[in-house]
Order: sequence, then C-alpha cells, then structure tokens
Amino acid sequence: MAVTTPRTPAHKRPAEAPRRRRPAGRRGRIQAKGYLYLLPAFTVLAAFLLVPLGQLVQISLYHWDGLSGSTWAGLANYAEIARSPQLRASFVHSLVLIVFYAVVPTVLALMLAGVTTRAARLRGASFFRAVIFLPQIVAMVVTATAWTAIYAPDGVLNTLLRAIGLKSVTRAWLGDFGTALPAVGLIGTWLEIGLCLVLFISGISQIPRELYEAAKVDGAGAVREFFAVTLPGLRGQITVALTLTVIAALRTFDLVYITTHGGPGDSTSLPAFEVYNRAFSTGQVGSACAIAVVLTLIILLVTYAITKLQPKED
Amino acid sequence: MSDKTRYRRLAAATLTAACLTAAAACAPGGDSGSPKGSGSASPVSTDPAKAGKVTLTVWDQNTDAGTDASTKALNAAFMKKYPNVTIKRVSRSFSDLKTTLKLALSSANPPDAIQANQGYPDMGAFVKAKLLQPVDRYAKVYGWSTAYPQQLLDLNKFSADGKTWKTGNLYGVSQTGEIIGVYYNKAKLKSLGIAPPATLAEFQSALAKAKASGLLPVSYGDSDKSPGIHLFGVVQALTAGKAEVRNLVFDQGKAKWTGSGTVKAAQVLQQWAKKGYLTPGFNGQSADQAASAFAAGKSAFLVDGTWQQATLAQKMGAGKVGFSALAPSSGATPLTQGGEGLAWAVTSKSRHPDVAAAYINFLVDAGGMKASADKGNLPALPPPSWKPAKGTVHADILKEWKAVSQKDGLLPYLDYTTPTFYDTLTAAVQEVTAGQLSPEKFGEKLQADYSSFQQSR
Repeated sequence: MAVTTPRTPAHKRPAEAPRRRRPAGRRGRIQAKGYLYLLPAFTVLAAFLLVPLGQLVQISLYHWDGLSGSTWAGLANYAEIARSPQLRASFVHSLVLIVFYAVVPTVLALMLAGVTTRAARLRGASFFRAVIFLPQIVAMVVTATAWTAIYAPDGVLNTLLRAIGLKSVTRAWLGDFGTALPAVGLIGTWLEIGLCLVLFISGISQIPRELYEAAKVDGAGAVREFFAVTLPGLRGQITVALTLTVIAALRTFDLVYITTHGGPGDSTSLPAFEVYNRAFSTGQVGSACAIAVVLTLIILLVTYAITKLQPKED
Repeated sequence: MSDKTRYRRLAAATLTAACLTAAAACAPGGDSGSPKGSGSASPVSTDPAKAGKVTLTVWDQNTDAGTDASTKALNAAFMKKYPNVTIKRVSRSFSDLKTTLKLALSSANPPDAIQANQGYPDMGAFVKAKLLQPVDRYAKVYGWSTAYPQQLLDLNKFSADGKTWKTGNLYGVSQTGEIIGVYYNKAKLKSLGIAPPATLAEFQSALAKAKASGLLPVSYGDSDKSPGIHLFGVVQALTAGKAEVRNLVFDQGKAKWTGSGTVKAAQVLQQWAKKGYLTPGFNGQSADQAASAFAAGKSAFLVDGTWQQATLAQKMGAGKVGFSALAPSSGATPLTQGGEGLAWAVTSKSRHPDVAAAYINFLVDAGGMKASADKGNLPALPPPSWKPAKGTVHADILKEWKAVSQKDGLLPYLDYTTPTFYDTLTAAVQEVTAGQLSPEKFGEKLQADYSSFQQSR
C-alpha cells in the first residue's frame, strides 16, 4: 500500500526560513485548512479502498470458510502459497501471460506503428483506428465465447488447418495441456494489440515532423529512422502501454473463467482465478485473501518498475 | 519538532488508526447471528392460511426447462390455495447459486426456504454457521421420515455442529432424484448388433465393437470439468464397489483413494482415452456439445445424468434413446453415482418457518411429485399413478431409479468428499485422461486432498 503523506502547496512555501517568533496558532490553522481540502478525497479513498484493503490483509491472517467463526492462521496462508506447487504454478502462468499480453503486443504494435509513419496521409485513418481498437470495446464474455468457438475441436481454426492439409496439427487447443496456456495468451495478444497501436499512432503524431525530415536528410533508412526517431519519441506511450497490459495480464480472470475454468488439469489456473475459486467455491477465504495480497504487491512492484522507464518530465 | 513533521506524523497516525480500527473490528465471521425466535419448542402450524399476510422468499436452482416448469406450476398452485402468501422466487443456476447463497444466507434478511447442496462444502458449512434450522419436527408432522427411503434422508442429515454428515438432525428434503447412467442410441446399437450393456464388461466390449465399426463409442466433453466426476464415478462404482466408495466419501472407514479399485478406474479411463473411445479433444469440448453430438447420432453412448432425459427425449424422440445403469455383475443391483436434487431447507432467521415448511411439503408431497413428473423430471418419490409409456427413455430411467434407490445401489457424488475435492478431482481426471498423470499418481493426488481435510477437521 503506497500511501504517502500528501504534500500541500503550503509546505513548499519559502516562508519556512524566517521561523522566528511567529504566532504558532496561525500557521497551524493554515496547515489544518490544507488537510481539510483533502478530506473529501481521502474519505472516499479510505471508505472504498483503504478499509477494504486493510480487511483483505486482516482476513488473510485467518482460516475462514466465509460463514462460521474464523481461527487465527498467522502467516500460514502465505506459507501455503510458497509451498503449494499448484499456487506457485498459477503465478508462473501469469508471468507467461505477461509475454502474450504485454511484450508481444507492444513489439508488434511498434512495428506496425513504425510502418504507418511511412504512409504520409491515410484516407479513413480514423476508421482503421476504430477497427483496431474494437477488441477493447467488446465485452470480455463475448470475446471469450467467440474464441472458445474458434479453438474448439471442430472450430474455425481446425477447419482452416484441415483445409490446408495440416490435419496432423489440429487439436482441441484449449483442452490440450501443451497449447491451452498459449492459446489463452494469444487471445490476450489480440485484445491488447489494438490498445498499444492506438497509443503509439497518436504518440507518433506528436513527434515533430522535422525530426523525420532531418533523419531523411541525414540519409537514414526506414529501420534507422525507427530506432533513431520513432522509438525514443514513444517512450512515454510505451510505458503507458506496458503498464496497462501488464496489469491486464496479471489480473486476468474472466477469460480463463469462461474458456477453460483453469483446465485442463491446472494448466491455465491464474492467481485471480484462484482467489475467486477459493473465496466463493471452496470456502478458503483466508487463503484467497493471501493470494490477493501477494498479487496486489506483485502488480505494484511491476508497475513501479515500469514507471522507471518513463522519461523524466524535467 | 518542526510543524511540518508534526503534521506529517499526525496524518500518518490517523491513517494507522484507520487501518487498525478496521483490523480490530473483530476476527472475520466472529459470531454469525445465532438462530433466534421460531422456538423449536412451539407447536408446528401446518396451515399457512392462518399465518396472516406473508411474503415467502425462496431460492432454487430449477433453471432447466423441466424443473423450471414444475416449480412455476407449483408456486402458482400454492399461492392460489393460500392467497395470503406471496412467493418471491429467486432462481439461479447451480454454480451461481453455490457462489451467491452463502452471502444471501449470512445477510440480515436471508430467504425463508432455500435449496442447499448436500455435503460438507455447502450444507455442512451452513449448518456449522447455524444458518439452517433442523426440520425434524416438520418431518414428523408431514411424514417425511416415513415417505423417503433411509438413504435419501441420510444424505440430508448433519450433526448440529456441521462436522459429521449423514447423522443427527434432518436439514431438508429433496423433490427430485438423479442418477448417472449410460444413454444409448437404440438404432446405432441395433445396427452394430450390440445389446444394451448392463455391466462394465458388457459396456467395454460394446465400446470396442463400436470403435471397430468406425463409430465414435462415447460422446464426452470435459471442458466444464464436472463431467469428469461422472464418468470416473460410474467406472469407480464398479471397480471399487459400494462399500469402498461410501467409506471414501463419508469417511466411515479407513479407505484410501490410493486403493486398487480407484486406481483401476483411472486406468480404465486412461485406456478409453488412448483407444479413442472418447470424443477426440474432449478436454476442449463442453458437456453440452457432447450431448448434442450424441443426440445427432454421432456416437453410440453418452454417460450423463438423468437431468438430460428431457433434452435428449425432445431431440431424439423418447423411444429412440435408452438408459441403463450398470451393475457389477449380470443380474446384480445396478450401482451408480447419484442422489437427490438439492435439499429444500428452512433458514434459521426465517420469520415464517412454519409457512416455509408448509411450502416445502407442498413441493414434495404426492401432488408435488406428480407435478414434477408431469414436466419430465425424475421425482425422488415417484407417485404410483405415474406410468411413463413403455419403451421410452422415461420408462428406462424410472425402472433404474427404482432399482438403485430402493435396493441400496445409490453411491454418493465424489465431490462431497472434501470442500476442495471438486477442484482436485476434476483437474486430476483431465490429467489422467490426457495421459499427463499415471493412475497411481492420480490416486495419490486425491489422497493428499483427503488427508489434509481429515487433519483440519
């Protein structure tokens, strides 16, 4: 939980220097007033975020079935995460998903965005942008159901493979231990690539045209231009894209809930899915909360690390 | 100390205090309102007409066509008979009910009558948290204890602390019965020259014959994970026997999931998958897809529950599909997984427990069972007047249900074993059928779950 004491502008006032014999009361009043302005925001934050977060941490220290009395567990629920191979595997699965949700879409979208910079003016650009962004708008339940049909044993994908003579490759993509996780991951790639691309294209439009002209004058080719101008100019957008997509990967729940229920076996189980399952189905609310706490910490850490990529504003 | 630090400390202290207040607000689920009022000593009023104006909130899981129709009809009839009672019905699918019922029950205004799933994870947890009230006094008044066979009553019993199943107080009664069995396509079997199988050996040779002819033997789709329990359970009942399975699930003896009968069943499933007896890519196909493939004549058999009868009869024609529950040897009583529909129970905090009980009795008395049968369901207590047409799947199912429920052939669903067993078993079945897990390791995985539950009790 990263709650730092808010700094009011009053703190920054150079009035600190002459701190001699001033009526303390007045100064105090100004300070208190400053915090008063924060109160509404803080109340909302506390009521809907900090208190539930505190409860989450608290419940994670108990064994609780969600109904009857609880017993103190200490750190047992956390120890279980470290010990249980199934839970550890679920965290590894979400790392794999980061590749599919964040790394692949970012790289692909960068390449595609790089290509579009070569097109001076595109008729109907906003139409294409809307189409590309579509996966983000469609409800996840719809997306997941559609992809389940594509991946089904006699679904679109296998029909296509059979048509081009690749019958030996066909399989139940979501039901095969080797392909289920990548298959779920590719849905994530499909989902996130539009988001990345729209971000990057709008980022490129903000890069001064002169830079591209200068690169051209210096005799830079397409590749050189990409690495010298486009990529550095997009650092901010890349950070935003990575933050959003990595968080999406780490907290994936609905996709797995609909397509595989964590199966086959436990090969696509994810932390968020385990949280839901334990809290609502198997009556292990304490354990569910412990996983949620760990997941929250991981997300905070990873996003903090990503913000380090952000160019300094000044 | 400068003012700056002082205020910063003040803010930090406030924050800490806020967090601590939240934390000190007592351990989660400290005391969940002990049952109040409704004094179990007061005499039972069996006439809802005398209860004044009552709104009865009921939660059921009767969302499929057959049970939904019968519930609607019975609710309307009840309100017509007792105009002072208004029934507010909340109907959820099984899995939605499972996840939301806990929250509803622990709220200040829980529903009056609910359907609770048997076993430790649901009914046991509710009883332990004192959310349900015993219905023994109603059973006496309404004659439930004599109407139901002992083994059906036992499934709905728990000790008052919720720790021991099948003994102690009665917490509900069920309207429908259900067993898992083998549906077969009569035309396909005839063209292959196979008689409807009655034992595991006959079933296996029928599978081999169908496969040899190029027909898919069994439609099976396990992406929802629950069908795995049924397929495995049907085989395990026959390889392990009823005493062993009951010991495993009800914990009456020292049986282990690593026992030879259980491992043998896992071997059988693995071989079926390897020999191509099951739909290719079954772990990526849903149970509904499998059922419709069977209904479309793409396979000879479907292993599924009696809840499929209305759908299959509608799609294939009631006379074209048969149903058989397998027996350990020819001539013996069939032995299969099954039980009864979710138990209708009365909540502890209900303000009208007598009306709730009268409503439940209305669902399960002769009239209720008749209404259930009329809409194509299998009633737990088939009324003598109900005679489905000969040669239909309904007649097959009624015959098998009578044999299994009256001659002690009913085996419990395996996921009753521990609160986490559903997850463990369904994942393990997917692994063993995909060849990812050896039958021995399969047994060990189940046993590990079982042992850790035994220790925690």
